[in-house]
Amino acid sequence: MAETDPHAPADQIPDGGVVTEDPADHSVWPLWEVFVRSSRGLSHVHAGSLHAPDPAMALRNARDLYTRRNEGTSIWVVPAAEITASDPDSKGGYFESSKGKSYRHATYYTQSEGVPHL
Amino acid sequence: MSHSGGFTSQDSATKISVGDAITPEDVSASSAVASDETARYALLLGDDCLILAQRLGHWISRAPELEEDIALGNIALDLLGHARFFLTYAGSAWGKTEDDLAYFRSEEEFRSCRLVEQENGDFGRTIARQLLFSFYTHELYQRLVRSADTTLAAIADKALKEVDYHQDHAAQWLLRLGGGTDESKRRMQEGLESVWPYLEELFADVEPTPTLAEQEVAVLPSSLRDAVLTRLSSIIEESGLEVPASKGAFGADRSGRFSENRGFILAEMQVLARQHPGATW
Repeated sequence: MAETDPHAPADQIPDGGVVTEDPADHSVWPLWEVFVRSSRGLSHVHAGSLHAPDPAMALRNARDLYTRRNEGTSIWVVPAAEITASDPDSKGGYFESSKGKSYRHATYYTQSEGVPHL
Repeated sequence: MSHSGGFTSQDSATKISVGDAITPEDVSASSAVASDETARYALLLGDDCLILAQRLGHWISRAPELEEDIALGNIALDLLGHARFFLTYAGSAWGKTEDDLAYFRSEEEFRSCRLVEQENGDFGRTIARQLLFSFYTHELYQRLVRSADTTLAAIADKALKEVDYHQDHAAQWLLRLGGGTDESKRRMQEGLESVWPYLEELFADVEPTPTLAEQEVAVLPSSLRDAVLTRLSSIIEESGLEVPASKGAFGADRSGRFSENRGFILAEMQVLARQHPGATW
């Protein structure tokens, strides 16, 4: 996909808006997604993305970009190209089919008599 | 001296706190007053940080990548913070503020070393300057945390955590540029060669460091030399580049007499404060 401009708006990129950067193209640093954990016990939350030449530098850039205001105690960086994402166009099939299925929620069920501690 | 800061209970709307750390305002509000000699030492340390912060700030919007703009900008602001601490403390001896000392001293009154006054050059040269200065300050602050002067020790303790990262940033880039393309190797080597003559001045036992070192207030600059050189040589060799063989440049006394750059830096840094004395924003 060397012909794809990674900076073009999504609707101008073929292949459903999936941006693939050419790994052989060293003129542009690859894209990384950054996850920051704000304190112990919480999970890492997506903070944003950045460009960096390799994992070690991505971690350092993440520290500079996303933890400047004392936001984090831990950082993960993941190559954006390694993330497989759900297709925004198949929202119906993916996410809407779970609507209305109240039996998948615990509140659907009535509490049985004689079963304590539920 | 007060280390309370008073920030811990003031969480922002995003529930991220500023975090508790010593600030220049704490130094200013404390009853600590530096002696004349200690103040002259603090000024020497602070001037290095102030000039380098001014130099690095020039990279913002000019670095190879946006991410690097921010990295160098962060480092510049850290250094400006260190300068504020040292200048605030120095000013306590003479009834002056950090601004009086930063903006209303003339060229020959500054004590900065020539290394930090060197022009940015290309990215390789800036990284070379960062490497030398951060390795030097890391060794310095590691020892200054044990200073008999508790204010200097507290400032060194705060600065050390930040310099730890400056050192890592410079070393990571040295390794990548040294192990990169022919052009990156050439430029990084040229960068090292261009700043190396100014390394020796950092280890000169200029006044008032020998007296204060005897009182265990200051770190004797010459005592840092071996440790800094060993660590620099080791990382440069690891990067595949060569440790420059050049001797120290003439006039290593921090007097500014042999620096062509200092006047230009100060002109740019001081012009606004001097044209509009007392201006606030």
